[in-house]
Amino acid sequence: MSDMPLLELENLRVSFPTPQGRVEVVKGLSFTLGRERLGIVGESGSGKSMTGRAILRLVRKPGRQQADRMIFDGIDLQGLSERKMRDLRGARISMIMQDPKFSLNPVMTIGAQIAEALKTHENLARSEVKSRVLEMLHSVRINDPERVVNLYPHEVSGGMGQRIMIAMMLIPRPDLLIADEPTSALDVSVQAQVLDLIDELVRDKGMGLILISHDLNLVARYCDRILVMHAGEVVESCAAEDLHKATHPYTQGLLAAVPRMEETREELPVLDRSAWSGT
Amino acid sequence: MSAIILKNLDISYGHTKVVEGVNIEVAEGESFALVGESGSGKSTILKAIAGLAPDWSGEISVLGQPRGRNVDQGFATRCQMVFQDPYGSLHPRKSVDTVLSEPLKIHGLGNRDARVIEMLAAVGLDQRFRFRYPHQLSGGQRQRVAIARALMLEPKVMLLDEPTSALDVSVQAEILNLLKKLRREQGLTYLMVTHNLPVVSFMCDRMAVMNKGRIVEIAPATALHDGSFTDPYTQSLYAASGGNPDRKD
Repeated sequence: MSDMPLLELENLRVSFPTPQGRVEVVKGLSFTLGRERLGIVGESGSGKSMTGRAILRLVRKPGRQQADRMIFDGIDLQGLSERKMRDLRGARISMIMQDPKFSLNPVMTIGAQIAEALKTHENLARSEVKSRVLEMLHSVRINDPERVVNLYPHEVSGGMGQRIMIAMMLIPRPDLLIADEPTSALDVSVQAQVLDLIDELVRDKGMGLILISHDLNLVARYCDRILVMHAGEVVESCAAEDLHKATHPYTQGLLAAVPRMEETREELPVLDRSAWSGT
Repeated sequence: MSAIILKNLDISYGHTKVVEGVNIEVAEGESFALVGESGSGKSTILKAIAGLAPDWSGEISVLGQPRGRNVDQGFATRCQMVFQDPYGSLHPRKSVDTVLSEPLKIHGLGNRDARVIEMLAAVGLDQRFRFRYPHQLSGGQRQRVAIARALMLEPKVMLLDEPTSALDVSVQAEILNLLKKLRREQGLTYLMVTHNLPVVSFMCDRMAVMNKGRIVEIAPATALHDGSFTDPYTQSLYAASGGNPDRKD
């Protein structure tokens, strides 16, 4: 069982129509994922978020996605009906979105939202739902869950909002977690807390994790394997510890552009954009 | 002469005091960073200096002139602010040309055409962007426009509120290089808010670390090389940022 890959993706393509014809934003992406932590890095527009959404079949019309193979835990995701897919989303594969401010329902209390995530997928007694919610909030290190369940999203801070999102995504106990820039809206100190938390939960529960981010160092710190995407294609795939031995010029360019803690360079090297910026 | 002096500065929003007892002196030509978590009051200090948070007590003076609480046109020519989010800080229905000429119009300055052209070149934007609207520009290009707008009146002091946190790393590098170049060429003073310590290491000479509205430590940016901070909060912030991975000891 554990040898079987959790997710197999072969030749994934996502395209959007434009006045100039269909433009592919993901061009033939393939990877297999076990119960491990995979990082996908790239700049805005490289197709990394679309890859995450495509796994959940969440590419909105008029966007179109297709793949030669998209197998999750023995289930062919492409063959599923929309209804079956809905059962799977959240319960087996869930996704943490970028910004808690826009992803939480502003007119529902936090307790009700987390409970909704659970009730959609499992049939539980009300008291049990409540205890699971409190337990989950506790495990994402919210100190005072009894108080927090009755708050509305605007009453909590960004870091807390993101932890609530994580609680909501993990409460149905999924097998695969897709985290799309889970911390880019957060402070560094909170960032580390949130990622440590995701990391701990993922390892304890033996889940698979796909961490999508533009921050190379962060991905290198929290993942086992890294895919570097550029313009819809994977330009480099390597183990996290080998990131600094990256060979592709694009990866090297990205790495060099990050300021260091001990910065001695007078100027940061910049990627030569002229080759691909059409404007 | 110091570019910015803040003495016993307290700032409140309504009944909540968000900044308490801040004392900072930034020398002319210096690049000074304010570091801290969200809610620590670092952006509020910039807003108070710029006149956007009028409920303060204490003393604020920029280039030797104390700041009043009212709108001050002369102040705008000495000190300008660049905001965090280039997607939100530009008027969506105004072209780059309009945005850049507006400060000149307000201050009754002539020769606008030439100044706009010159400024676009200074921030590294091609002239073809002059009559475009913000939605036709990428994030990095928008931030260049925002920087150009701040520089139109040739201020000597720039308040930078997380100028690159909304941008990709490669674009961030371009904007940081640009800011560094402009400072060198025009002798600007920067007061910069950020939570990214490596950016401080690249851009700044000194930094003040803030926590819960107070300054806990003022340190030279070189302290980032080895983490030689005295305050426990600063040390935890440094550790959360990953320390210095290039230094193994």
